[in-house]
Amino acid sequence: MRRRAVIAGAGSAMLATQAGAAESTRIPADLPDGTQAIAEFADLPGKRRLLRLTGRPPNYASPIDVFTEAVTPNDRFYIRYHLPGVPSDGDMDNWSLSIGGDAVTHPNRLKLSDLLDMPSNEVLAVCQSAGNRRGFIDPHVAGVQWTDGGMGCAVWRGPALRDVLKAAGVTSGALEVWFGGNAEPPGVATPPYRKSLPMDKAMDGDTIVAIAMNNAPLPLLNGYPARLVVPGWAGDYWMKHLTAIEVSQSPLNTVWMREVCRVPSGLFAAERPFPSQAAGTTVPVTGLPVNSVIAEPLDGDEVTRYGFDIKGVAWDRGAGINRVEVSLDGGRTWQDALLDRPLGPYAYRRFILQTGPLHPGPFRLLSRATSLTGDKQPVRFKANPGGYNNNVPHPISVTVT
Amino acid sequence: MNWRQAVAAGVLAVGCAQAVAAPPSPRPGSGEELTGTQCVACHTADYIVMNSVFLTSAQWQAEVSRMRTVFGASMDDSTAAAIAAYLAAHYAVAAAP
Repeated sequence: MRRRAVIAGAGSAMLATQAGAAESTRIPADLPDGTQAIAEFADLPGKRRLLRLTGRPPNYASPIDVFTEAVTPNDRFYIRYHLPGVPSDGDMDNWSLSIGGDAVTHPNRLKLSDLLDMPSNEVLAVCQSAGNRRGFIDPHVAGVQWTDGGMGCAVWRGPALRDVLKAAGVTSGALEVWFGGNAEPPGVATPPYRKSLPMDKAMDGDTIVAIAMNNAPLPLLNGYPARLVVPGWAGDYWMKHLTAIEVSQSPLNTVWMREVCRVPSGLFAAERPFPSQAAGTTVPVTGLPVNSVIAEPLDGDEVTRYGFDIKGVAWDRGAGINRVEVSLDGGRTWQDALLDRPLGPYAYRRFILQTGPLHPGPFRLLSRATSLTGDKQPVRFKANPGGYNNNVPHPISVTVT
Repeated sequence: MNWRQAVAAGVLAVGCAQAVAAPPSPRPGSGEELTGTQCVACHTADYIVMNSVFLTSAQWQAEVSRMRTVFGASMDDSTAAAIAAYLAAHYAVAAAP
């Protein structure tokens, strides 16, 4: 029997957080073995109890239990750096943003106060690393072994990029917008982290230069004082500590565009392709594939035979979530979960399934989401050498007692 | 912009020294020192331990090569070979039959 409903208005109280809900303090049982050996919960400045995967560059995952909520608090929001250089607050005292490139007529330099004076946009959007869930891929793919915690959803506020570029005068020959952020530490030969966007995505009104996150300044480790926000696209484009923007007539040629974060052409449907960066048989990772995560119960939990709640979130590249199904038997049978009201196309959409009474024993829980355009989480991983875009439903093992 | 750059470990240690455990040290063996200077210059040994449970010796060699060709690690051929041999000896799994 189909049991699906959209909870709206007062009905959403059903999904409201229970005050004082317990935070898990154990290392997740579903971390890969090598990662089990090194992962630890750690506090950092402005951050509380994140799961450290690597210390330098800092890669810290949000614990899964935060994903019972549609908005990830700043102090629980994950941290992802590609390079070992992390600026300090003091480095940003004289922060400015340069606007230039061969496709603008009036290069200029903006201060934080200039950004504050511009019309402001606000978007609730998921920031998710392209390599999120790499750690669940079988066989394993080398790289940071993220499980579910390489993502978060926040309210980002700041001027639209197109407004930031307005005074510079973008010419008709513009092909891409290039972004630069945190400089590199001395002695590290790795090329600077630079990314670009095609013009249509760059000029979309929801692509913003965020100077606030959840109504507070950005945490240092999430890109203070300003970061690019590219709703629906992988977090790898969301340049932190943004300092330089160039509008260019040519494609950006860096290893960060040409060598990493790429997938075989045609493997993933692209709502908005990136033709100037297509090369050979590969294309850059762009839009997020439809995905969902169970945040409660946690892998390894014991749950009651009288019935329990299965809660989590679903998201995609911006089409919106239409349906989330949950399985209690490892994918043999599925039931529709209840969906919370949509909070915007780029936001998490919460779901809940209340089980009936169950016989004691082991259960394998799964969730799978379908978007409003009909995209559905696949049964098998679309294998690619970088281990990107893993959106295969991930089993959560629990024991009913 | 002339940012003072700090190695993340140094910055992050401020105010949270007690919460952050020392990163894992490379396992003892021939090539340990080179791994400590070359690899750990840019990233902690976390990356090695994390990937050790599934990379074969051939895959480690490919990873070392990728660090040079893609990520700019400036080591010569003999250093790269010594590091790959060390990783193969101490952090690799057997190739599938």
